[in-house]
Amino acid sequence: MYRIALKMLMGDTGKYVGIIMGLTFASLIMTQQPAIFIGLMARTYSFISDVGQPDIWVMDDKVQFIDDIKPLQDTELYSVRGIAGVDWAVPLYKGLLKARLADGTFQTCNLVGLDDTTLIGGPPYMLNGQLKDLRRSDSIIVDVDGATTKLAKPALHGGASTPLQLDDVLELNDHRAIVVGIARTTRTFQSQPVIYTTYSRAKSFAPRERKSLSFVLVKARPGQNLHELTQRIHAGTGLAAYTSEEFQTLTYQYFIKNTGIPINFGMSVLLGFIVGAAIAGQTFYNFTLENIRQFGVLKAMGTSNLTLLRMILLQALMVGTIGYGMGVGLTALFGYSMRNSVLAFKFPWQLLVFSGAGVSLICMFAALISIIKVLRLEPAIVFKG
Amino acid sequence: MPEVAVSCQQLLKVFDAGDQQVIALDHVDLEILQGELLMLVGPSGCGKTTLISVIAGILDQDAGVCELFGQNLAAMRSKDKLRFRAQHIGFVFQAFNLLPALTLTENVSVPLIINGVKRSIAERKAQEILAAVGLGKRMGNLPAQLSGGQQQRVAIARALVHSPKLIVCDEPTSALDHETGQTVMHLLKDVAMQQDRALVIVTHDARIFGFADRIAEMDDGRVINVRAATPNV
Repeated sequence: MYRIALKMLMGDTGKYVGIIMGLTFASLIMTQQPAIFIGLMARTYSFISDVGQPDIWVMDDKVQFIDDIKPLQDTELYSVRGIAGVDWAVPLYKGLLKARLADGTFQTCNLVGLDDTTLIGGPPYMLNGQLKDLRRSDSIIVDVDGATTKLAKPALHGGASTPLQLDDVLELNDHRAIVVGIARTTRTFQSQPVIYTTYSRAKSFAPRERKSLSFVLVKARPGQNLHELTQRIHAGTGLAAYTSEEFQTLTYQYFIKNTGIPINFGMSVLLGFIVGAAIAGQTFYNFTLENIRQFGVLKAMGTSNLTLLRMILLQALMVGTIGYGMGVGLTALFGYSMRNSVLAFKFPWQLLVFSGAGVSLICMFAALISIIKVLRLEPAIVFKG
Repeated sequence: MPEVAVSCQQLLKVFDAGDQQVIALDHVDLEILQGELLMLVGPSGCGKTTLISVIAGILDQDAGVCELFGQNLAAMRSKDKLRFRAQHIGFVFQAFNLLPALTLTENVSVPLIINGVKRSIAERKAQEILAAVGLGKRMGNLPAQLSGGQQQRVAIARALVHSPKLIVCDEPTSALDHETGQTVMHLLKDVAMQQDRALVIVTHDARIFGFADRIAEMDDGRVINVRAATPNV
């Protein structure tokens, strides 16, 4: 009987494709829009996740997210180093700076100052040059996206601009800076170019301020409980201390609470779900209605309601699986084709589960209304001409 | 003396039609014998279709008794009734009601599959019966690729494939031209009729009355006359 159910489903190619397209659309919307949303949210804390070595980030206790810099005095570094359980602690500068391009225009950049000795907190992947080249005078490392787009050398007589290369010179706040490396970093939320240099040079590039230490990066001694260590650092210094994961959470929660991004994407996803459910549900129900006589024939010939119910569930499962697979596949294809663009896109397994549940819900709903119709069906319908 | 296949006693069926009630079967008494082809005739709305629906066990009467081969269907549990219908009743419909997505072989094998027969065996048996109704070369076709007469032959094959004791036909020739209708009736008479089997045919088509053993005339929900048919010339 299940084979008959599948043949009934696929017998009318137009309607079969229509149901699958509806579910594909719903599945696509339910995965593509959240994937962009998650990608966008991941960018808010991409700088934290890019800095892999430290276990704990220490900062002013009023800091709300990664770009909410409230500088500390340099002496705070030594206070942190004095806390029991701290293996090492290094300074990190993070701030905004304007770079002057060759054509006289300015570009705002993220300036990151790394500990002069260890260079901890550097870019995760070097494309050209080496991290240790930052020890050369006036040296900087630029992220590849910034080097090829916003910081690229403008063409003097029109045409395409030239990407920054090693040994090119930039002007940072009236200071000469030489590019000694090109790095790949995860795009940030603001998509501004990221410039790495040493902590002391960053202080000289940046406008003079009384305090300049943005964060203290801490590595815990082996076997330390990170949560207890953050509490000890807070108790001992009065500063906020978060594990990397906690700081990431703090950052994206700030964006979720204080921006309209989740609502906008939530609306898109909800709309997609409703439209997808309506299309797929309506088409599937129509399919059942148009086949009601066939179900009536089967019922008259002795097919039980339970078998008919299983047949409809199988049909729903079939179109649901194909529609879900196609929708997810299209989303993955979309993400793959956009991998080198500015578009934020992240597709975690949880999203597969979410969209799978959504499509299942649509199919169950469509199947349910069809099943009710078939269960109530009087087999005597078959004798009506 | 042939045994009784169907025995209807004082069958009553009333339908609600808005504020009014319509008496579709008004204390109907009827017997159909094994090996007999009985035609139910009468004007539209006289209760013919309601009567075969009750006889076939797909509609419950409000009162009275209908026994098929000694079994009272109304007294059966729905599961048993379903099984009885699947095993012992074959249907031929006015609109053929073949499943359009299935090939002829698959269509004809449906009653056997409902009865739990393995698909390969069911399809082999379906092919045998299709050959018997003259469609041996079209087994892989879809119903839409056949003429009306051919589709009705498939429907007859489907009604016979599981060797039911009772075959219920609803206007089997009304959608067909005269010649095709005659062919279909010959088929029903020659292939379907057996000593232990009964055929009930609801029809308006006076041209096929001659194929019947007896004709039961209905009007206003009652069987008003049962007579022997004049043999077809």
